[in-house]
Amino acid sequence: MSAPAGAEPSGFLWAAGPVAEMQRAHFFQIVGWMAVVVVPLFLALPVILWRYRAGAGDTYRPEWQFNRLAEWAIWGIPILVVAVLGVTLWRYTHALDPYAPLGPDPLEVQLVLTQDDFVFLYPGQDVALVDRLLIPAGRGLRLRMTSDSVMQSVIIPRLGGQVYAMAGMVTELNLQADAPGLYQGRNTQYSGRGFPGHVFTAEAVAPDSFDARLAELTEGAPALDPGAYDRLLSFGDHGPRAYAGLAPDFFERVVEKYAGPLHAMEKASE
Amino acid sequence: MTDHHHPGLNLGHTDRSTHAAAEEMIFGFWIFLMSDMVLFALLFATYAAMSVHGVAGGPAPADLFELKSALYQTLLLLTSSFTFGMASLALKYRKDTGRLLFWMGVTFLLGAGFLVLEARDWVKMVTEHNAPPQRSGFLSIYYLLTGTHFAHVSAGMIWMAVMAVQLAVFGNDGPVKLRLMRLALFWHMLDVVWIGIFTFVILLGVAP
Amino acid sequence: MNWLGILEWHDIVFLRAWQHPSSSELVAAGAGGIVVLGALAALLLITAKHWWRPLWRDWLTSLDHKKIGIMYIVLATVMLARGIIEANVMRLQQLLAVDAPGYLSHEHFAQLFSTHGTIMIFFVAMPLLTGIINFVMPLQIGARDVSFPLLNAVSLALTAAGAALLMVSLVIGKFSTGGWSGYPSFTEKPFSPGAGVDYWIWALTPASIGSTLTGLNFAVTIYKQRAPGMDLFRMPLFCWVSLCTSILMIFAMAPLTLATLMLALDRYAGFHFFTNAAGGDVMNYANLFWLFGHPEVYILILPAFGIWSEVFSTFSGKTLYGYTSLVYATMAIAVLSFTVWLHHFFTMGQSADVNAAFGMATMLIGVPTGVKVYDWLLTMVFGRIRFRVPMLYANYFLLTFVLGGVTGVLLANPGVDFSVHNSLFLVAHFHNMLIPGTLFAMFAGFHFWFPKAMGFRLHEGLGQLAFWLLAPGFLLAFFPLYALGLMGGMRRMAVWSDPSFTPWLAAAMLGAMLILAGLCVLALQLVVSIRQREALAVPVGDPWDGRSLEWAGPAPPFEWNFPVPPEVRSRDAFNDMKRDGRAHSAPERYHDIVMPKNSAVAPLLGLGAAICGFAVTWHIWWLTIASLLGLMAVTVARSFVTNVEKTIPADEVERMHRAWLDRASATPAIPRRLEATTDNRGKAEVPGT
Repeated sequence: MSAPAGAEPSGFLWAAGPVAEMQRAHFFQIVGWMAVVVVPLFLALPVILWRYRAGAGDTYRPEWQFNRLAEWAIWGIPILVVAVLGVTLWRYTHALDPYAPLGPDPLEVQLVLTQDDFVFLYPGQDVALVDRLLIPAGRGLRLRMTSDSVMQSVIIPRLGGQVYAMAGMVTELNLQADAPGLYQGRNTQYSGRGFPGHVFTAEAVAPDSFDARLAELTEGAPALDPGAYDRLLSFGDHGPRAYAGLAPDFFERVVEKYAGPLHAMEKASE
Repeated sequence: MTDHHHPGLNLGHTDRSTHAAAEEMIFGFWIFLMSDMVLFALLFATYAAMSVHGVAGGPAPADLFELKSALYQTLLLLTSSFTFGMASLALKYRKDTGRLLFWMGVTFLLGAGFLVLEARDWVKMVTEHNAPPQRSGFLSIYYLLTGTHFAHVSAGMIWMAVMAVQLAVFGNDGPVKLRLMRLALFWHMLDVVWIGIFTFVILLGVAP
Repeated sequence: MNWLGILEWHDIVFLRAWQHPSSSELVAAGAGGIVVLGALAALLLITAKHWWRPLWRDWLTSLDHKKIGIMYIVLATVMLARGIIEANVMRLQQLLAVDAPGYLSHEHFAQLFSTHGTIMIFFVAMPLLTGIINFVMPLQIGARDVSFPLLNAVSLALTAAGAALLMVSLVIGKFSTGGWSGYPSFTEKPFSPGAGVDYWIWALTPASIGSTLTGLNFAVTIYKQRAPGMDLFRMPLFCWVSLCTSILMIFAMAPLTLATLMLALDRYAGFHFFTNAAGGDVMNYANLFWLFGHPEVYILILPAFGIWSEVFSTFSGKTLYGYTSLVYATMAIAVLSFTVWLHHFFTMGQSADVNAAFGMATMLIGVPTGVKVYDWLLTMVFGRIRFRVPMLYANYFLLTFVLGGVTGVLLANPGVDFSVHNSLFLVAHFHNMLIPGTLFAMFAGFHFWFPKAMGFRLHEGLGQLAFWLLAPGFLLAFFPLYALGLMGGMRRMAVWSDPSFTPWLAAAMLGAMLILAGLCVLALQLVVSIRQREALAVPVGDPWDGRSLEWAGPAPPFEWNFPVPPEVRSRDAFNDMKRDGRAHSAPERYHDIVMPKNSAVAPLLGLGAAICGFAVTWHIWWLTIASLLGLMAVTVARSFVTNVEKTIPADEVERMHRAWLDRASATPAIPRRLEATTDNRGKAEVPGT
């Protein structure tokens, strides 16, 4: 099992990037608006229970069943709240579209999920990192992913997420870390025995030290040839490791393994 | 009480006493047919998606379907609906069961002919085109859609055979009559479903 | 040829534990032992007490909607006990497994969350609500039975067959690890090669077919069997929700049946519906499953709304506020429930436009639901509120359900869902809806209608004690999960690596134990109430000053419900009868009553379905074919049985009815303040008479 990236809470409320920050803002905004509907109930219920308890002797009108003003309020207020929330939903959903790139020049990384490992491919540099994602802080990350196994779901809670990765299809997740640091990421979709340990560490570094750090991590690493990849596919968590040298169309070939050459891109674009 | 008391073919003057029970029973059967139609609707929807995205390099609809055989199947099934209509008229207007049994027999034979042709198509697809359901997602849903319809037609024919025995044993009294009316609805529904298959699967499949 | 298919000796849980005595296998063997010993004890008890004949004659072959309803509830209670014990076993594992392995294997833990979910949805919530509707709805509309009594019994038998298969899976083989939703491609053969997923498929299939038939039966009953004068808009609200639920069942079960059938074809015959390769597509499964799954959520909650409506109105001594609003809100929810299924997978990579549309449709459901909550609140205004057990649950429901509503709206927003999807926040949310919403409604309904069904009230004090265990139990068990979800805790985790989770998990464990304790008190309450049944008896049949027709007759009701169809002049029909002095009166003339005879068809079909499911699961093909032929033979043979009705002569009806009327007039009517005392014999004092 991979080691956790520190014991601090890792949810999106501890946001460390623009996506999670926006999600957090959205979260509290909704809670605030919902209070309009919920708080009156919490205030009114004890009063009503006390005033109209049997034996209290307050007004008893067993046939009372309608009041125009109350009717307007109980339909009108929820409709207004939902209307407001609907507008914010529309805005935030588009702002938080996981396919929307962050910044003009996001770093493109490809991700292949095996049943127990995350294989991050850096197509520009022809290197791969297993269970470790290296990103430059302050610059967008465009993560294109597919699965070479069961359906899984990728999230880095403090940065944002999540999106499913499925065999024969390409899905996309755009994230960004504001500052250098270690952030835990994981698969959230139950994928078998190794599921609890199906985690990776996202390491954000200062942009100018990114290349050096990547070179450091992949220095002297073996090539990700078919033999090495088959070993990664075998059962069990293989832990953080690195590969230098991979076929330029490695990612596409994993997709085409299931989708066939013609349909891969077509399906992904849906 | 009016004569038009429940949906479907009314019993008219022949069987006023069972109207109340019939109304409820036939209404319930319509609802059953509706839920069955939901099943077929979902099969059609899945087919619409998978016949495009699920070909997976295997044979596509245009490579497989034969208009001629499907046309014969359509004619057999449509005719069988007509002959069951004749059986229903015999049920409504005649006390004896002879004509009713005759038309049911014709319907049964037409249904059997349909099943044979359909099964022959499948055999041909597997042996000549190497297109068994295991080949691709498209073929999986094709066989499931047509197979579900096939199973329904088979069930209808077993039902028909049982009803022939019941006619011989009980005559066309109340419950038997009601069962025949439900069988008629069932059989006509299968026709409607087949028209859907013929249009959306076969015709659209071979259309250029 | 292997006569036992792929079944082997070491599939039996006891042999497995013998060969590999790990703590996990020993727990499994213990569970299997409970099933075997429980079954043996039941058989011995029935034999020793000579209950076989009455069990067969009065219950298993009965077509009486009231008995079928009670049998549904018994089935659900057994399964509920298993589901709650499993929840505690899982809670303990999660508590012990912070930076440690715990005492269960990962695979065993996965089986537990799969069976827990499957059981709670399909074999607890569904049979509970089906049972209560079965018992109450025909009485409320003044009907003698449902439209198709035999079909009703068959639905029960099919549900029981699925439940039986789930119980067998504790002893023979292992269950699915794919969760209650069974998502491929994990549940496909390459990733789940054993018989577990097949158990799941064949337990669900008969149960979902049974639910489809139940929906059909209830809908036809409500449309066709209402008493004279019972217009649709005079029906008690519980009947309205029954109708909407039934319609949802008719439409929504088919996608599940189809999805599991397709998965079975993939697994058994190498088809490619949801496989990774050859054109299969997991997204098809997600769409089909949630096309069922979302309406299912409302199948589970709408009957609860009906129960709450009856409870608020009755225990406030007041007519329901905003009846028409409640009816339209119910219908709106039923219709909208088909338009939101995609919110279960915002994370599948579709466009923001699609996600936003489905998110907004989801939030829209909040409107009619919010209206309902305020309608119930206003029902209590100007009332005289009596805090009987059902009313405690009802008010607790109002407070907790709206919190679940808030988290529901949060989850409806794709932007938030991206972070909390698959997390414990989601787990907390749906338990928040289903426990205070559905389960506690069923408990409230159980306390409310038990005296009608059995003829005596449940012990009030023990009922309140159970409530005061369950109420904090739920809060402790699930509100920490909200926090854990926000802290990045995901669902379905057998072990944890974050020590800061421990206090939250400990609170949740305590909550789960309180819930289990509450369940034990409910069992104790049942035993005590049965022992004190003479003192608690309410033979006149109206212990709560009820408002609808089910309270008009004796408790327990006559087999034929009403001597003649009651005449309905308004909403709150029985309340008006009491005010007009029409209650407890003899009809002008008694008539012969025709009722369906008992039939062995349903238990035979249920047995056949269970055997068939077991045989298919283990690839025992000869038995599969034999049981299928058996099912067909029973069905065909039944169609040749002509003598299916019995006639109860008018004299007999009159004798029984008059005996009850005499008893009613000899019984003193009691004021509401004596409601929870043994003075309550089921006759309510009517103010002003």
